Amino acid sequence: MPKDKPWIFRTYSGHSTPEASNTLYRTNLAKGQTGLSVAFDLPTQTGFDSDAPEARGEVGKVGVPIGHLGDMRALFDQIPIEKMNTSMTINATAPWLLALYVALAEERGVSPRVLQGTTQNDVLKEFLARGTYVAPPAASVRLTVDVVTYTVEHVPDWNPMNVCSYHLQEAGATPVQELAYSLANAIQVLDATRARLGAGADLTSVFARLSFFVNAGIRFVDEVCKMRAFGRLWERLGRERYGVTDEKALRFRYGVQVNSLGLTERQPENNIVRIVLESLGVTLSKNARCRALQLPAWNEALGLPRPWDQQWSLRIQQVLAYETDLLEHEDLFEGSLVVEKRVAELCAEAWAEVEEVLRRGGALAAIESGYVKSKLVESNATRIAAIERGEQIVVGVNKFGETAESPLTKGTDGGIMVVDPALAARQIERLEQHRKARSQGAVDAALAELRRVLASGENVMPASIAAAKAGVTTGEWGKALRDVVGDYRAPTGLAGASVASARGNTQDAARLEALRARVRGLAAKLGRPAKLLVGKPGLDGHSNGAEQIALKARDVGFEVVYDGIRSTPESLVASALEEGVHLVGLSILSGSHLELVPEILERMTKAGLGDVPVVVGGIIPDADAKTLLARGVRRVYTPKDFELEAIMADLVDVLAGQQP
Amino acid sequence: MQRLEALLEGLRARDRGSVARALNLLEDRRPAQREAQRALVRASAAMARGRVFGVTGPPGAGKSTLCSALVRAFRASGRRVGVVAVDPSSVNSGGALLGDRLRILTHEGPGGVDEGVFVRSLAAGGALGGLSRTAPACVDLLAAAFDVVLVETVGVGQSEVDVARVADLTLVAVQPASGDALQFLKAGILEIPDVLVVTKADLGDPARRAVGDLRHALAVAREAGVDRGAADAVSVCAVSSETGEGIADLVATLDRRWDALEEGDGLAIRRFHGGVALAFETVARRVGELGVDALGGEATVRARLRGLVAMELPSMEAAETIVDEAVAALRTLTP
Repeated sequence: MPKDKPWIFRTYSGHSTPEASNTLYRTNLAKGQTGLSVAFDLPTQTGFDSDAPEARGEVGKVGVPIGHLGDMRALFDQIPIEKMNTSMTINATAPWLLALYVALAEERGVSPRVLQGTTQNDVLKEFLARGTYVAPPAASVRLTVDVVTYTVEHVPDWNPMNVCSYHLQEAGATPVQELAYSLANAIQVLDATRARLGAGADLTSVFARLSFFVNAGIRFVDEVCKMRAFGRLWERLGRERYGVTDEKALRFRYGVQVNSLGLTERQPENNIVRIVLESLGVTLSKNARCRALQLPAWNEALGLPRPWDQQWSLRIQQVLAYETDLLEHEDLFEGSLVVEKRVAELCAEAWAEVEEVLRRGGALAAIESGYVKSKLVESNATRIAAIERGEQIVVGVNKFGETAESPLTKGTDGGIMVVDPALAARQIERLEQHRKARSQGAVDAALAELRRVLASGENVMPASIAAAKAGVTTGEWGKALRDVVGDYRAPTGLAGASVASARGNTQDAARLEALRARVRGLAAKLGRPAKLLVGKPGLDGHSNGAEQIALKARDVGFEVVYDGIRSTPESLVASALEEGVHLVGLSILSGSHLELVPEILERMTKAGLGDVPVVVGGIIPDADAKTLLARGVRRVYTPKDFELEAIMADLVDVLAGQQP
Repeated sequence: MQRLEALLEGLRARDRGSVARALNLLEDRRPAQREAQRALVRASAAMARGRVFGVTGPPGAGKSTLCSALVRAFRASGRRVGVVAVDPSSVNSGGALLGDRLRILTHEGPGGVDEGVFVRSLAAGGALGGLSRTAPACVDLLAAAFDVVLVETVGVGQSEVDVARVADLTLVAVQPASGDALQFLKAGILEIPDVLVVTKADLGDPARRAVGDLRHALAVAREAGVDRGAADAVSVCAVSSETGEGIADLVATLDRRWDALEEGDGLAIRRFHGGVALAFETVARRVGELGVDALGGEATVRARLRGLVAMELPSMEAAETIVDEAVAALRTLTP
């Protein structure tokens, strides 16, 4: 039989500046990559300009900054967008980034009708994980639907929304939860689209264009089953809820990034093996094979990957697709009783949870009430507790920890990429030049129209494309959205989550009790219960670590203040002061620690809080950790510190050593 | 002592850092701090007192969003606002998750920090969910430093009753179409609210129905003579914290009710009774049932506390006076 066509090979990438990212893309395409996957930096994802106060330390860190049409031109310089399949990981500002892409195409004389690619555009999951939302949930769904209905009509080969189960797994979701909550999010958007189009509208073309972005973890047999379950449930949903009958439209289409949550900082070379096995979960079963695959780099838990690290991940895909016989066979699992049984089980449990969410008024209501988030926080706490207790083995971390010295991390760069801080300044300079060069009258008119449309409820896309052409910036688009639709903070889910640790065996219980006794002992020394502020400064919304620390700290007897994501240095210092905390713990995963932490320390000293110890957790390279410690940070925790109770014991040590 | 003087000075100047440190000191349970605490309590009692509004109601009724909306409204009229937010403690560990609600939503000033707002979260002591031991003193201190103080409680167990004792006026948040209104009426808790606030007025009909139900039930209660009299009549307001609908009316209602209380000595009377009740509970908690009996029984203890509080003694100090006597008496029994 003829060989199956391989999936699209992607590498999630982008950093520093549009020019640097453009060079990277062209190099990757020359190496045999077949699609682009654009990573945007956090200011771009949350609708801020590079020179906004909120963007401090974040410009070009986790992706490329795109501030205006000029940046988009530079990003795709010499890349034929009419032939590209471009995936953009963009959510709250998806209408805007798509508008810039369409404006670029029209400028080049390319009809938007031929554009192919994906906007992630799944804002609902941002309220549960990742955190790059801007507007409140209901308004966010409206913008999502704007992109869906616009592209179905004007950019017909575009995937307007990638319903993400990826980030749910990263936030701790079990396979059942991953299935259930991503489907519930899709239902919310499909229902809203149906309402927009009017009763009786044929949803086939919309249903056919929705794709998924899925995670694949290390339990790859279960992942094969999960992917088969996904296909089955999606088809059922299409037939039963939306009356879709076209077989092709009912097909479950998905792209994958394999799991980053399970990648370890200790013995990081083992991650390559994990990535290979995780790839099998989404490629083995022909009937449930991914359409596109992007693999993380082996050193993600250490810092930003270098071009060579990304190349290694691309080569994994190429070996799998071109060297092995994987693509020569029909589906390997058809008729397997074992697989069928597990798939049926996953389908039944996931469907029951979908119905539970619908009973609670649908995904929107279940997110606003904190129900879904609490479930995820709970699952993640259970997962972490199992690793701490050694019930879930992580090789090189809680078992087989002995290791020879790795030559991979011995280079002068410490085995990671370091972004030149001068590049952020250059990006800001470019932005200032752009502002000077444009016609202010045209910008004002475009923004006025954008505001009018945002308020009236009309589709925001045409006004956004016009604004892109007029030279409006990302920050201006974001400000219009915030001003007209409003800002939002999602529930942290912590209040509703119960902690699993109490279920441990007697040995664990005794250890926990001993820790609680030490925390109580602190209260006697401090005069009141030890109070901890857990803060997430910057735009980074990956809150798992902060949430788990906050939960565990409460569990051992701390009074914990946690204000959720996206705090400014000013607001964190105000919290520390007003709340009278004894200790401040900061969590930063975006790489902006060297900018944000010293600023917070300075502001604390100014506020008379110089004697309150500060600890920092995150993806922090060794060299940076030394810098932070030298600046007065008391402890730095990285992913290799996975035992929460050990961290708690360490925090008690820090406080016990404080002068009263 | 010099440090204490500096702290009192800072408090009188309404300096944020001093307010924070003064609250830390009030929360300190070490006996060595009692003198300093008394000085703080006296100093704040001597300052002009802001208006204290309690906000309570069942979980999910929208207390936090209501508080945020109120903070914005008070700030818009230039009033400085202190907030005491009480969260439950974990029964197992004594730990607590606090905050996560208000600080965010004002957006004034650099970095989103509004210096005219000050939030202190307190963990409710004990499983019953009452106010924390030190909450009343903290509320009084914030009331000295801010024009308005909001006291938000978890709205379960003892806290609803407690909040009415520290606040000048108490708001009870009621969610439409939730059964809250009905539950509330069944329980007949009429001594707590001054203002019933139906939240989520943007829901339309269900909110209007809830307002109607509550008004009807209050009328029935009045006829049955359960009402506390015209001055204490319960107001009913409907607000949408999201759209801002009704918030201005609510603020006007609160101010009007407060002015009326102030004019007719009602405020002083309320504070007196609240102070005595809090003092009695503190005594009862510290010495226990047997201790109260040994001190001559509840009526005697209350009468003595009334005497002490009438002498302008802060409730915390009044309670301590009695507790100290009991402890001294116990000491004589030590073999």
